[in-house]
Amino acid sequence: MKKLLSMILASVMVLTLLAGCGGGNNDQPAQNDTPQQSDNQTPSTPDPEPAPEPAPAEDVTIQVAALASGYEEAYPGMWQEVCDAFTAATGIKVDLICDKMLEDVIGPSMQGGDFPDVIHLATGREKGLTEQFIKDRNIADITDVLGMTVPGESVKVSDKIVGGFTDTSVTNPYGDGETYLAPMFYSPCGLFYNAGLFEQNGWTVPTTWDEMWALADTLPEDTYLFTYPTTGYFDAFLYALMYSVGGPDFYNKALVYGEGIWDTPEAKECFDIITKLASYTNPVTPAQANDQDFTQNQQLVLDNKALFMPNGTWIVGEMAEAPRADGFKWGMTALPAAKAGGNGASYCWLEQAWIPAEAPNLDAAKQFVAFLYSDAACEIFAKGGAIQPVLGVAEGMEGDNKMFYSIYDNGADAAMGSFAAYNAVAGLGTVREVFLDPVNGLVNGSVTEDQWMADVKAASDLMRENIMG
Amino acid sequence: MRRSKDRSLFIALCVAPATILFFIFMVLPTVNVFRMSLFERGAYSPTETFVGLNNFKVLFKDAKFISAMQNTILLIATVTIITFFFAILFAAILTREKIKGQNFFRVIFYIPNILSVVVIAGIFSAIYKPENGMLNSVLSFLSGRDVMILWKDQQMVIISIIIAMVWQAIGYYMVMYMASMSAVPVDLYESASLDGAGRMAQFFQITLPLIWTNIRTTLTFFIISTINMAFLFVKAMVAKGMADVGLSFMYTQKDAGLYGYAMAAGVVIFLFSFLLSAMVNKVTKRDVLEM
Repeated sequence: MKKLLSMILASVMVLTLLAGCGGGNNDQPAQNDTPQQSDNQTPSTPDPEPAPEPAPAEDVTIQVAALASGYEEAYPGMWQEVCDAFTAATGIKVDLICDKMLEDVIGPSMQGGDFPDVIHLATGREKGLTEQFIKDRNIADITDVLGMTVPGESVKVSDKIVGGFTDTSVTNPYGDGETYLAPMFYSPCGLFYNAGLFEQNGWTVPTTWDEMWALADTLPEDTYLFTYPTTGYFDAFLYALMYSVGGPDFYNKALVYGEGIWDTPEAKECFDIITKLASYTNPVTPAQANDQDFTQNQQLVLDNKALFMPNGTWIVGEMAEAPRADGFKWGMTALPAAKAGGNGASYCWLEQAWIPAEAPNLDAAKQFVAFLYSDAACEIFAKGGAIQPVLGVAEGMEGDNKMFYSIYDNGADAAMGSFAAYNAVAGLGTVREVFLDPVNGLVNGSVTEDQWMADVKAASDLMRENIMG
Repeated sequence: MRRSKDRSLFIALCVAPATILFFIFMVLPTVNVFRMSLFERGAYSPTETFVGLNNFKVLFKDAKFISAMQNTILLIATVTIITFFFAILFAAILTREKIKGQNFFRVIFYIPNILSVVVIAGIFSAIYKPENGMLNSVLSFLSGRDVMILWKDQQMVIISIIIAMVWQAIGYYMVMYMASMSAVPVDLYESASLDGAGRMAQFFQITLPLIWTNIRTTLTFFIISTINMAFLFVKAMVAKGMADVGLSFMYTQKDAGLYGYAMAAGVVIFLFSFLLSAMVNKVTKRDVLEM
């Protein structure tokens, strides 16, 4: 009797184990639906001229992974609506993954070799997932998508995208004229401030850095000139600064870590401006410049404790619920010009959608990317405030957005692109670690300008040696 | 004969689930970490290149890794000493002294342990806030002038992490020691006090030796968990790069597309924690006293 009981107990244990393992595996086939069904399609023979008609597509389900950013928050269900519209137009079913922590959701299964068909995730995020795919040359070439007809319409994709957006280093990372990442939502970045405070005090918004420093010296004691949410926000700032100080030639050379570029007077001026700005920065900033507390830095502007901060147009939605000083009104300006009479500059932040090279349904995925530029999709995205570089989209804007997106009409140069991709080398930091993170140190005094410049030079040389393409 | 065969079959079946799970989810991945540390590859790349021990060579020259390991060691040492001191002290007070609301204190001390790190990071964000933060307000009130300490800035960041980690860990270990302290027979204390031993003497002569086995075991646990917890706290609380510890260095490298290099760091941390636990075990070895 006792023996029998123990045998039963033991077998129950083994069964639970198997059931446990089995349960774990059960999720996989559900996600794996795609590759299985795709077998009767053409998974790995990339047609040079993919059929624009959604002919054999009835049974295909593609998996789309999209970052749930502030836009999705402003208009929940935005991505699902676009996917539904795509299914209605082409008959291809879409399995959507939309998450704030997209890297954590799709990362593990991709490490196991299971890739979504389309991923909407920009470069410049902390986890650097898109950068890793660029460095591995693991992204499908989508140059042919530009020649495709938008599903449900009779226009070619390239005729809808605003000129210039498909030949920056953000979309063509290897500089070979081939487009790998589709330009999606763009947003001008600049310095955000309390326009109400400027009106009350009769200040004018500085148009040169000299005016900026002059304004800094007239500020009341508790108001500092500058703050920043985290050092990550300096990427757009640095790009715009380099563009406005050195012009396009210097800018393009700096983005590919040109030899001796950091010894030029233009580079020195950029470093000097950031260092001087650091001395005018609200001293509590670095202590709050982390993912937990960065909104407290943004709050400094709302409370008139700091005048300017670098940010993007999403800030209005992000701080919508936050308390603010009386008469607060959002204002946004481009970075001041280096010299009187020069142009300011604003970095154009661009999000990308791309297809992993190992996506199981390449053709259907390309149709999806083409569909993202359809009028139907643009309209849905615009409801969440997400603006695509599609002709005519920016005209329908109103309110704060209209003011933000008109920044280029008011004489500011648009800086686009990003530092060139380089093969990862052990011991060499990322662009953010080398160029941006030391700003915290400049503000709290643990790093000097010379140290920072020396580190940038050394790292930049290594990056140039390992540049891709 | 048949009986012993059945018995071993039973034992085998009992042990099998745990062994299989342990093998699949612990041994295999660990072996894989060692293997991947010899390659250069991205986390998602289809290809990998064998680079031998090159990752380790670069690692030991990487100033960031060295400072990350220094931070790890600093945290392990200080957090362990402070936590154990207070945990044992509070446990002794709560078991040996008659204090009103003993259970209440026990619960209060234990609560931080059941909170997730995200919640703790939120709490300490309010405590460490430079303007009107709890800690700065209390200090301003006590000193009578405006105290403005930037707790999460470079100069104070390690101290801030130590405080948070100690706060989180004390309760758990205190409850562990209270359990073993209350198992110490009361007559030992009675006879000791008849012999004229004071409270302190009782603590060092009776309590401490009798719970020593417990302290040894928890010490090993604690060192291993501190390596993990330090990573979670640093990740959740402070700006990237201000106080990197071993594991956060590992993740940074992975995000930079250096999976093999990250695994090499993982191997070093793995061996380090193994060695450290072995050393602690050796150093704290004493003859076991029977109660």
